[in-house]
Amino acid sequence: MDAGPILRLQNVVKKFGTFTALHGIDLDIYDGEFLTIVGPSGSGKSTLIRILVGMEDVSDGEIWLRDQRIDQTPANKRPTCMVFQSLALFPHMSVGHNIEFPLKIQGVAPAARKARALELMALLHLPDDYYTKRISQCSGGERQRVALARALAFDPEILFFDEPLSALDYRLRKTLEKELKDLHARTGKTFVYITHSLEEAMVMSDRIAIMKAGRFEQIGGADEIYGKPVSRFVASFMGEVNLFDIEGGGDGRLDGPDLDVHVNGNAEDFGIRLDKGAKGTLMVRPEYVRFLASSDTSDFIVRGTLRAEYALGSRIQYEVETPGGQALTVEKLREDRFAGAEGSQVVLGFDAENVHLIRGE
Amino acid sequence: MERLDQRLGFLSAIPLAVILGLSFLAPLVVVALFSIMPQKVFSLFNTPDFSAYSVFFSQGYYRSLLWSLGMAFASTLILFVICWPLAFGMAKVFRRFTLVITIFVVMSLFVSENIRLFGWVLTLMKGGLIEGHFRYYTGIGFDSPLYNTGIIVFGLIYVYLPFMLFPLAQGIAMVPDDARQAAADLGASRWQILTQIELPLAAPGIMVGSLLSFVLAAGALAESKLLGGQAVIVIADDIETAFTFGQNWPLGASLAMILILIIGSLAIFGVSRIDLDAIMGRKR
Repeated sequence: MDAGPILRLQNVVKKFGTFTALHGIDLDIYDGEFLTIVGPSGSGKSTLIRILVGMEDVSDGEIWLRDQRIDQTPANKRPTCMVFQSLALFPHMSVGHNIEFPLKIQGVAPAARKARALELMALLHLPDDYYTKRISQCSGGERQRVALARALAFDPEILFFDEPLSALDYRLRKTLEKELKDLHARTGKTFVYITHSLEEAMVMSDRIAIMKAGRFEQIGGADEIYGKPVSRFVASFMGEVNLFDIEGGGDGRLDGPDLDVHVNGNAEDFGIRLDKGAKGTLMVRPEYVRFLASSDTSDFIVRGTLRAEYALGSRIQYEVETPGGQALTVEKLREDRFAGAEGSQVVLGFDAENVHLIRGE
Repeated sequence: MERLDQRLGFLSAIPLAVILGLSFLAPLVVVALFSIMPQKVFSLFNTPDFSAYSVFFSQGYYRSLLWSLGMAFASTLILFVICWPLAFGMAKVFRRFTLVITIFVVMSLFVSENIRLFGWVLTLMKGGLIEGHFRYYTGIGFDSPLYNTGIIVFGLIYVYLPFMLFPLAQGIAMVPDDARQAAADLGASRWQILTQIELPLAAPGIMVGSLLSFVLAAGALAESKLLGGQAVIVIADDIETAFTFGQNWPLGASLAMILILIIGSLAIFGVSRIDLDAIMGRKR
């Protein structure tokens, strides 16, 4: 990551009539990284990627590819390319000709084109005899690979992905996620991937950018985003989470409804400090919450009623309702299964090193 | 149950199918038989010979055929070139305005072809709408553009425009937007997108539109008579003359057979090359 970013966005704004889809985006993308942009539908992530490949114009702002400004460059002149959500394979061409298309455009000789296509097919685990197959004869997963091979044949500086896996079934998606990560490592190219699925982002990315309503909420590594979200939005977007409203009580004390705080006095050691009257949200992930026996102690304690138990395969998830009516989630490995019956009173605890404080309302 | 329904449906379709088949095939058969009768007979009970066909070459009727096919080819080619941008707009750009264009084009079909062509004659003739007014105000007259092959081709283009435009728009609508965008993203220029993505994917529409306008133009008569003033004789004119003034049914029939064979094999060749299901919307 020397020599600065490969792609730099400065204050990129996109307006559709009176609606502002992107509110001044700043982003640096580094050479060789796998960056995933995650956001719910309507967050502007698709608009952003369409701007980056040149299919939409920017309303304002600049995009720099290394030392070259590209925001006014048409899509066919940019050294980037995209794998479409629909894949956008050419139905009238064979698998081989689809893959060769960018090479044909570049004027590469037929023999060299074919050699390169077969090379890419091997890289993507497509058998050689697929070269002459029609696109309509390929399965969903094979089409993904053809689309990827075609994009790689273009040899782009940056490869963009617009949710290409979203239409596939779960198992195939899991396989392809890993293949994609592997492909990234083998090709060393810069991948920019957009998705609404946190799981996809976590599996593949070096960095994750969380988008909400045309702005980035947080950009960071998977661990950072999972463990130290900057807002309730990020915290709850990144999977199951328990959030408690808390308020600074002065002298380093914390107060919250339903919550017994036993770390007062040394909570600051864990970076949990609120000034008197300041509000915040305490976050703890379900896997860090324990069921306490009567003799156990914990930094934070919550009482409640066990409402439901869900088997998630290797893990079990429990839903606990506090007297204040808040639903909490606890997750245990199957071997640590909790024996309580539904409707019974339980005591939950978690420790200060596993919580994260989100400041502000 | 389903099979019984199928069988009953099939059975009840038979009478109409027979009537349609006969009424379609019988005239063709009669024409085919007359074409191998000796010349100037009015009965099918004669010894067949091919004298009518030999006249096609010896008396120069092949020239009429070549004119017809040539002008049909030219008008189809020009129609394709001028309809492509319009059809592209209708399929991809104009949105609701497409309906307005459709209505205008269809409305022109509500008026008889002959009347519309006479309208052009009155507009273009010497002393007509254009030249007459021009001469009245400026004192300078000019020759009418009527009565040559160019104006016949213009007439063919004018009359058969809907038959090219609508199939073409249908064909272009079948080109997925994302395929075009992907091609651009992969570095293709506008021209490369046209030749490598749009034309092949719109091929069914192009084929249907071209076949319709070519077949209709090759058999057209009114354009050469009214606008062309018989500057050239087209094959349809020869056929009509043979059946009427010429009182030579076998000659008319043989000329018709030649035209039918040429156009029929063209149509079969064209249709066999495309996926008609695709353009009828039964696939994808």
